[in-house]
Amino acid sequence: MSLVLEGFLNTVALTLLSFAGALVVGLAVAVLRIVPVPLLRGVGATYVEVWRNVPLLAWLVLFVFGLPEVGVKMPLFWTAFTAIALYEAAFVAEALRSGVSSVALGQGEAARALGLTFRQSLRHVILPQAGRRVVQPLANIAIALTMATALAGVVGVVDMTRAAQRINLELARPLLVFTGVGLCYLVMAAGIGFGARALERRLA
Amino acid sequence: MSSTVLFDVPGPRARIRYRAYAVVGVVAIAALLAYVVWRFVDTGQFEGRKWSWFEYKQIQISLVEALGRTLSAFAVGAVLALLFGAVFAAARLSDHKWVSTPAAVVVELFRAIPLVIMMFFFYYGLPSTGIKLTAFTSVVLSLMLYNGSVLAEVFRAGINSLPKGQSEAAYALGMRKTQVMVLVLLPQALRAMLPTIISQLVVLLKDTALGFLITFEELLYWGRQIGGQLQFGRPLIPTMIVVASIYIGLCLLLTWFANYLEKRNRRNKKVIHLDEDKAKQIQLGEASTAAPAGGAAL
Repeated sequence: MSLVLEGFLNTVALTLLSFAGALVVGLAVAVLRIVPVPLLRGVGATYVEVWRNVPLLAWLVLFVFGLPEVGVKMPLFWTAFTAIALYEAAFVAEALRSGVSSVALGQGEAARALGLTFRQSLRHVILPQAGRRVVQPLANIAIALTMATALAGVVGVVDMTRAAQRINLELARPLLVFTGVGLCYLVMAAGIGFGARALERRLA
Repeated sequence: MSSTVLFDVPGPRARIRYRAYAVVGVVAIAALLAYVVWRFVDTGQFEGRKWSWFEYKQIQISLVEALGRTLSAFAVGAVLALLFGAVFAAARLSDHKWVSTPAAVVVELFRAIPLVIMMFFFYYGLPSTGIKLTAFTSVVLSLMLYNGSVLAEVFRAGINSLPKGQSEAAYALGMRKTQVMVLVLLPQALRAMLPTIISQLVVLLKDTALGFLITFEELLYWGRQIGGQLQFGRPLIPTMIVVASIYIGLCLLLTWFANYLEKRNRRNKKVIHLDEDKAKQIQLGEASTAAPAGGAAL
């Protein structure tokens, strides 16, 4: 039973931490993608393409088994955290960017016409409007991330999936165990979706 | 909104400032990359021995075979997922409650269960009930269920976002429900949603890597295996660089194809242009799973 609890808590911790990490890195990358300096926009775009187009599992394998080879040693949990956060950051950056570009053109033009600078028009005009629209995409990313943490389980972090595998070894009731875990993820995903809808209503 | 309205065309001073930012940014990033490369060199990742596996014909052949298995899982999975998506989208849009409710439940259920768990379920779970599936079948089935559910939502959103006048006009012409759907709504929705559909297929392609976990011998499995061979000094980093480049290449190819279709669409007057935002949100939202996220994520 303690195994179940440990796995569940690890899954929750990994989800929350890596989503926070992905938000921070994703925000930085999104900013890179809209600044006036073309070279930096290119850097942002490259980051997104590279991270988004390689499977997360490949990143996890590379980080978990590759990092020790090049002399970087971190606890397993944090290695998984780094890989997941950097990977999801690419998606967060895309969501934020498309949120910004979904604000009506006239809004930006009006802000500029009033003489607001780049930073002021972002801060006072664009971002408040974009904020509301990115809630749903970000929630979808959070749900995806919840499920992505199952992969951390297969590279060794004791999360819900790993706990399920171990329990399965003892009980030998794979149908029951995997269905149960699936339902746990379902509940977590539903919780995030519900929270996002509430948040969206408040912002609207 | 394009970000370009947010700032003026730079004047001479701004141009100098931008250049300074660019230099600082590039130096910082170059430093970061240099550190990574230096770590690689320092630990001998670029030594000849770690790359010598590439000269063996057998290993080259096994790479091509692994790539072939990835691609065939992708091809079969994509076709099945598209079919599954079309059927369940149609079912969810049905006027009959007894059809649409179960379809909605199925779609919501499979969208929310990590792909890995599904694969484990099919590969390790089902044999206990006497149904034995090969790794390939388990991978393809899970890909179909997960990505098919996401695609069902994409199709449904596409059809719902068409102007109402389209279906009203079709009914006014005396078409029946099936005709309206097949002749009027579906073709338009499909075209409008093509970019989103293709980016979901990119997700599906990346998701095939999860087959690695149930010993399906695809690209990632190959990389891990060759990467563990002692005789080449366990060249994990070199093989993963190769594997990652292949994935990036394949995905960029698909993305490029999506952009090409989109461009061609824009010229086509038959297409109704939907609110792009909406399409993008759907796409963004679902895209990430890796793995599970699902897998999708992955």
